[in-house]
Amino acid sequence: MGFSGLIVQILNGFAEASSLFMIAAGLSIIFGVTRIVNFAHGSFFMIGAYVAYTVVERFGDPMWFWPGIIIAAVASALVGLMVELTLLRRIYRAPELTQLLATYAVMLIVQDLVLYLWGPVPLLGPRAPGLEGAVNILGRQFPTYSLFLIVAGPLTLAALWALVTRTRWGRLVRAATQDREMVSALGINQAWLFTSIFVLGAFVAGMGGALQIPREPASLEMDVHAITSAFVVVVVGGLGSLPGAFIAAILVAQVKAVCLWIGILEIGPFAISLSKFTIVVEFVVMAVVLIFRPYGLMGTRPALLRHTRNLTSSMLIAPLRARGWILAAIILVAFAIVPQLRGSFPYMPILMLEIIIMVMFATSLQLLMGPGGMHSFGHAAYFGLGAYAAAAIVGYWNLPLELALVVGVGGAVVGAIVLGWFSVRLSGVYLAMLTLAFAQIVWAVFYQFEGLAGGENGITGVWPEGLFGGRDAFYYLAVGCLIVSLAFLYRTLFSPFGYALRAARDSAIRAESIGMDVSRLQWQSFLLAASVAGIAGALYALSKGSVSPEILSASRSIEGLVMVVLGGEYAIGGGMLGAVVFVWLRDTIGYNAEYWRAVLGVITIFLLLVLPQGLASLLRFTESLKRAKE
Amino acid sequence: MTIRLKHALRGSMLGCALALTLSVSANAQDIIKIGEVSSFTNFPDHMGHYKNGMDLALDEINGAGGVDGKQLVFVTRDDKATAGDAIRAAEELVAREQVDAITGTFLSSVALAMNEWAKRNEVLFLATMSLSDKMIWQEGNRYGYRLRAGTFTQSAILAEKAAELGKKRWALVYPNYEFGQLAAENFKRMLTEAQPDVEFVSEHATPLGRIEAGGVAQAMIDAQPDAIFSVLFGGDLLKFVRAGTTQGLFEGREVLGLTTGEPENLEPLGADAPEGWWVTGYDWTNTDIPAHKKFLADYQERFGAHPGISAIMGYTTVKTMAAAFDKADSTETEAVVDAMAGLEVEMPWGTISYRSLDNQSTIGSFLGRTARGENGPVLVDAVYKNGEDYQPTEEMISKWRAATE
Repeated sequence: MGFSGLIVQILNGFAEASSLFMIAAGLSIIFGVTRIVNFAHGSFFMIGAYVAYTVVERFGDPMWFWPGIIIAAVASALVGLMVELTLLRRIYRAPELTQLLATYAVMLIVQDLVLYLWGPVPLLGPRAPGLEGAVNILGRQFPTYSLFLIVAGPLTLAALWALVTRTRWGRLVRAATQDREMVSALGINQAWLFTSIFVLGAFVAGMGGALQIPREPASLEMDVHAITSAFVVVVVGGLGSLPGAFIAAILVAQVKAVCLWIGILEIGPFAISLSKFTIVVEFVVMAVVLIFRPYGLMGTRPALLRHTRNLTSSMLIAPLRARGWILAAIILVAFAIVPQLRGSFPYMPILMLEIIIMVMFATSLQLLMGPGGMHSFGHAAYFGLGAYAAAAIVGYWNLPLELALVVGVGGAVVGAIVLGWFSVRLSGVYLAMLTLAFAQIVWAVFYQFEGLAGGENGITGVWPEGLFGGRDAFYYLAVGCLIVSLAFLYRTLFSPFGYALRAARDSAIRAESIGMDVSRLQWQSFLLAASVAGIAGALYALSKGSVSPEILSASRSIEGLVMVVLGGEYAIGGGMLGAVVFVWLRDTIGYNAEYWRAVLGVITIFLLLVLPQGLASLLRFTESLKRAKE
Repeated sequence: MTIRLKHALRGSMLGCALALTLSVSANAQDIIKIGEVSSFTNFPDHMGHYKNGMDLALDEINGAGGVDGKQLVFVTRDDKATAGDAIRAAEELVAREQVDAITGTFLSSVALAMNEWAKRNEVLFLATMSLSDKMIWQEGNRYGYRLRAGTFTQSAILAEKAAELGKKRWALVYPNYEFGQLAAENFKRMLTEAQPDVEFVSEHATPLGRIEAGGVAQAMIDAQPDAIFSVLFGGDLLKFVRAGTTQGLFEGREVLGLTTGEPENLEPLGADAPEGWWVTGYDWTNTDIPAHKKFLADYQERFGAHPGISAIMGYTTVKTMAAAFDKADSTETEAVVDAMAGLEVEMPWGTISYRSLDNQSTIGSFLGRTARGENGPVLVDAVYKNGEDYQPTEEMISKWRAATE
C-alpha cells in the first residue's frame, strides 16, 4: 500500500489501458462507418497474437518480435479483407442484426481454425527484445515493456487521429460516419470505403494482439476476453469516437488499478474485497456511464438516418391466416404425440423438451427485437433469474412446483422492472450494450458469491415432484406453458399495445407527438418478455434438476439472438423456427464433432446468405411465389 | 434453379434431421457400454491427454479379452462446459445408447449437476476430472463416485508443507470461483491450525482467465509477504509468473502452487518456469513406481508424447469401470454400485481403492519442487502423497453425507 504503491499501480493501469485501446480502436472505427457490431474483432486480435508468436518461433531469434508485430498486423488485415469481401459485402443491406450474426459465425470459425492450426496449449511468447527487464520506479521493479506500452497507446491514437483528420480518406470516413447516404450520393465508392475501414480495423487489432505476447500467452480464450473488453471501452467512450475510446480505456483500467491497490476495504465491521470486484468492474463502469451519459463519454446522439428507420415491408407483421393456423395446429399435435413415441425414439422427448423451452425463450426475446425494435443482448438474465427463483423454491424450501413456476415468472419480472427501466432510456446499440452489462453483472453476482445461491456450483436438487413429477407429465406441463406463452405473446402482438409498440419502434418521435409514452411502452414490453423468459427458465431448471450461473451467461443471451435472427425477427413463428433449428443443429453436431463450432458457423453463414431475412422467409417466399402465379 | 436448389436443400436437410434424431442403436449383449461426458472442446489441452489415456486402457482391456468376455465400449459426448448440456447428453446416452454407467465431467458445476441427476435416475456416475469436494460430501449420494484428488486433499498436502516452512506472512492468489475460493479457505484454516501465529497479509481473487497480472504482482509485493500460495492455472498462471518474475515478486520468497505441477499447467511455462516452487501435480520423469514405468513406455510409444495428469485420469477411469463390472459380474446398476464400494483398482501410481465412506478414491498427488529440465520444466524431489492421508475426519464426512442420504 502507501502512496508510492498507488503511483505504480496507476502506471500499470496506463499500460493496461494502452492494450485495451488497441483492441477497441479498430472496433470503434468499423462501427462508426459501417454500423456493424463486429464480433469477429476479437478473432483478429487473437490471430495477431498467434501469428506474432509463430514468427518468432519460426525464425528462432527473439529479435523477430519487432518485425513480427507488423507481419501479424498484416496477417490480421488480410483475414479481415477476406471476411469483408466474401461475406460482409454481401449483407450490408440485410437487417443490422444479420451482420452481427455473420461476424459471430466468423468468430466461431476462427476459433476452431486457430485450434486446428496452433493446437490447444496456450503459447507463451518471448519477452520483448531490449525491454526484457524492469526499471526502478519509487523503489519498485516496473517492467520496461509496460513503459513501452504506455507510450505505444497514445502513439497509436495519434497516428489514427492524423489518418482520420488529415487525409482525404479520413475525411470520407468522417463524412460516412455522419451521413452514409449523402456520401454515396456524391459518388464515393462506398464498397471500397467499407473494405478499407474494415481492413484498417483488423490491422490495428492484429497489432494489439501481437503487442500482448510478451505479457500474456496466445490462447484460445483471447478472442472472447478481448471482444467483451473492447465492447465496453467502445461503448463507454462513445461509438465511433477514437479519443472517447482512449479515455474510456484509461477509465476502465484505472478503476481496476485502484481496486487492486486498495485490496480489502474495511467499512465498519464489513470487509469488502475489492479484488473480487475486478470480475465485474468494467461492466459496472459501463452501466454507470450509460445511465448518466446515454451516448458514452464522447459520443453524440447518433446521426439521424434519412428515415427514422429503414422501413421495409418485411417489418410489417400480419396476423396468421388460415394456412398459418393449420400449420400451428400441426406443430402442436406433433409436440403432443412425441412422448407416445418414447418406445421407438427414446431420445425424441428429451430433445423436444429442450426445444420447447428454447422456443419460449427465443419467442419472448423476439417480442423485444421484432415488434419492440430493442436488441437485448442480455435476455439470459431473465431466463436465469426465473430459473434461480424456481430453483430456490424447490431446492431450498421444498415447496411445490406450481409455486416455483409462478415465482420464476416473478423473479424474472422483478429483474425486468429494474433493468428494463434503465435500458429503455437508450436505444440501438447503446441499449444492447446496457442490457449486456446488466446481464453480466447479474451473472458475476451469482458466479462468485457462494453464499447467495451456491456460487459457481449453483443450486441442486431441483426436481419436479407431485402431479407433474413424472417424465411425461412434466413434458405436457411444458407444452401447456408453451401454448399459454405463445398465445399470450400473439395476443399482445395484435392488441392495441402491440400496435403502439410497433409505432414506437417505427417512429418514436411521431408516437410521442400523438401522446404515447414510448419508454413506458417499451418498459412494459420488457416485463412481458421477461415473464415468458422466466417461465422458460423455471422449466429449464426443473428439467435439469439444478441451476448454475452458466444459465445467465452472455453466450446464452447471444444464442437467443442467433435463434431469433436465424428464424427471422419480423416473422410470426420466427423465434420458434430459429430455436428448433438451432437447438437441433447444436445437439446433433455438438455431441461428437471435434470442430462443432466451425461447422455451426459455416451453416449459419450459409443460411444467412441464402435467407438473409431468416428461415421464416422460406414460408413467405413460397406464398408470394404462388400469388405471383395467380 | 435457385428455387429448386433451395427446395432440394430443405428436403435433404429435413431428411438428415430425421435420420439423425431418430436413429436408434441396439445394445448388443456382448458389450459393456459406458457413456463419457466431458468438456472435450472447451478444455482441449486437458482432454487430448485424457482421451489418449482412455484409448490406451481400452485397448489393453479389450485386447486381453475384455471384461468377462464382454468388450468394453465408451461412447463420448461433449458437454460444452455447461451443466444443462451435460444432463441432456447423459439422458441421451441412457435413453438411446442404453449405457450402463456415466463417467467424466470437468467443471465442478457440471459434476454436481450430474451427481444430482445420477441420484435421481439411479445411474452409476464416476466423476473423473472435477476437483469439487461438495459432490462427495455435502451432496454425496450412493450413485456418485469421484476419482481425482479433490481440492481439500491438495490444499491439505500444501498446508502441511507450508507449516514445515514456518513462514509468517503469507499472500494468496486464486481464481475467483468455488474452486479457488475453497482452496484458499482450506489452506488458510489448516495452516492456522498448524501454525497459529500465521498472518495472511494479502489476498487476491482474480477473474478466471483475466488476471491483471502486473497489478496483482505489484500489490502482493507491497504487502511484503514471506511466502505465496497460488491456485492459478492455465493462462492466468503464465501471466502471473511472467509479471511476477519481471517485477521481482518471487525473489527470496517461498511459493506454493496448487496443481502447478501438473504437466498441463507447468509445461506451457517453458523457459519461464520458476525454480523451487513447492507444487502439487504429477511427476512423470523420475517416478520409479513399477506400474508407472510400463504405462509411460506404452504411452510414449503409442502417442509419441509424454502423459499429462489428465492421461492418468482417463486411463484410470477406464480401468475403474473394467474392475467394477468385473467385480459385479453383472451390468445391473445396483450390483455395479455395490461393487464400487471398496473397489481396488491398479493404476500407474499404484493401487487405489474407492472408499465406502464417501465414494472418493484414495488417489493422491505428487508434491515436488519445480525445476528446469533439459526438455522443459519438470518436478524434482517429488513424493507421492496418498490421498487417504489427507482427508477430513470420518465424523465430519458422515455428518455431511447424512444430511443428504
